[in-house]
Amino acid sequence: MRNLWIYISKHNAVILFFIFFASSFLLLINNNSFQRASTWNSSNEWVASQYQKVQNLKDYLRLRAINDSLASENGRLLNLLPQKDSSETKGLTKVVDTVSHQQYSYYTAKVINNSVRQKNNYITIDKGSLQGIKKGMGVLGPNGVVGIVLNVSPKFATIQSLLHSETRISASLANNHAFGSLVWGAGNFNSSYAVLQDIPNHIKAKVGEKVVTSGYSLFPAGIPIGTVSQTGVKGGDNFLNIEVKLATNFATLSYVYVVNNAFGTAQKAIELSNKTE
Amino acid sequence: MERIPLHIARFLGLVFIQLFLLKNIGFYNLSTPYIYILFILLLPFKIPNWALYTLAFCCGLTIDVFHDTLGLHALACTVLAFGRILFLNLTITNDALETEPEPSLSSMGARWFLVYGLLMAFLHHITLFTFELFSLSNFGGTLLRSILSAFFTLFLMLVISLVFYRKKAR
Repeated sequence: MRNLWIYISKHNAVILFFIFFASSFLLLINNNSFQRASTWNSSNEWVASQYQKVQNLKDYLRLRAINDSLASENGRLLNLLPQKDSSETKGLTKVVDTVSHQQYSYYTAKVINNSVRQKNNYITIDKGSLQGIKKGMGVLGPNGVVGIVLNVSPKFATIQSLLHSETRISASLANNHAFGSLVWGAGNFNSSYAVLQDIPNHIKAKVGEKVVTSGYSLFPAGIPIGTVSQTGVKGGDNFLNIEVKLATNFATLSYVYVVNNAFGTAQKAIELSNKTE
Repeated sequence: MERIPLHIARFLGLVFIQLFLLKNIGFYNLSTPYIYILFILLLPFKIPNWALYTLAFCCGLTIDVFHDTLGLHALACTVLAFGRILFLNLTITNDALETEPEPSLSSMGARWFLVYGLLMAFLHHITLFTFELFSLSNFGGTLLRSILSAFFTLFLMLVISLVFYRKKAR
């Protein structure tokens, strides 16, 4: 017994190393498989409020850029209003009650933490379950798709950014509606390019062609994602290898819109019943 | 003992810089600095091993909580603490242990500190990047990233050390 104690105190550096190494390794593994079910991440109240304080400071330095982006978006939205039509046709437009059939509603949220340089990137926003944000909702930015809501706490939520190796978004080419899934991080970690997979070989994709959401999942159809920047056939593969330049500049993201698909649960339920049969 | 507030202040300062300033800095994702390890490198010579490991682990965990990578930095910091013990055992003589409080640039001289900083930064980074990818495929890329990042980290360490440089009172 005495010899054991002497041995332990002599080699305590190595023994302690293995103890700490094992415990941090366990943390890492558990965290990967349970997909961040734990509260120790940036949707945690205290951590998020620290991010918010620093973000408030940073926003002062970027007010001009934020104002510009909001103003240009206002301009785009004004174009959609009925008033843009000339006065002669105005009286004749048919008024459709869209509210009762509204499928998508939007929550505005401010980005308080953002990363673009990690392998898996997350965004924290200042709205949470109290404001109606739920896990799995889609998130849009002023220029296009941003990501999917991952974790929600009462006042904050984290978003699994499009720049995440496990994010898959159903996307289609604007001209011919061929659809595939958009992924990021396959080979490159550049925050402005992603890859559109599963588009069959016979489709002709042109450089500069728009890539939009397909409407099959969380997002409304036709939301811009980016433009085709490079296209080519991989040797021996049945699918095109399309590189997409993303429309959203993730590094300067400051406001986002969380999409609530009112028919989402109904769609999921009926798709699930396919699987069980 | 009287230097404990200094270490606490250094920890808070470095973690703040790491989290809010350096998080999104890097060259083409090839070189990312992790300056907070300077806190672990500059802990006193006489710190017992268990305290060194605990502090390193907690320091890594703090970074993890903010980066959403629970366990990753804690693991890299544990490896770093082990490397530090080995390196100090091999290079430090007993009389340095008596006269100097901690292995800083001003007390140990530039040449020793450069080797120490670079080796420790490299050890920490290669562990971090390997476990981040969680595979040994493309190990060359990881190696390159670690080397470039270690130099970036070393550069920032030198900048910070020179700002707080004290001439040795003999």
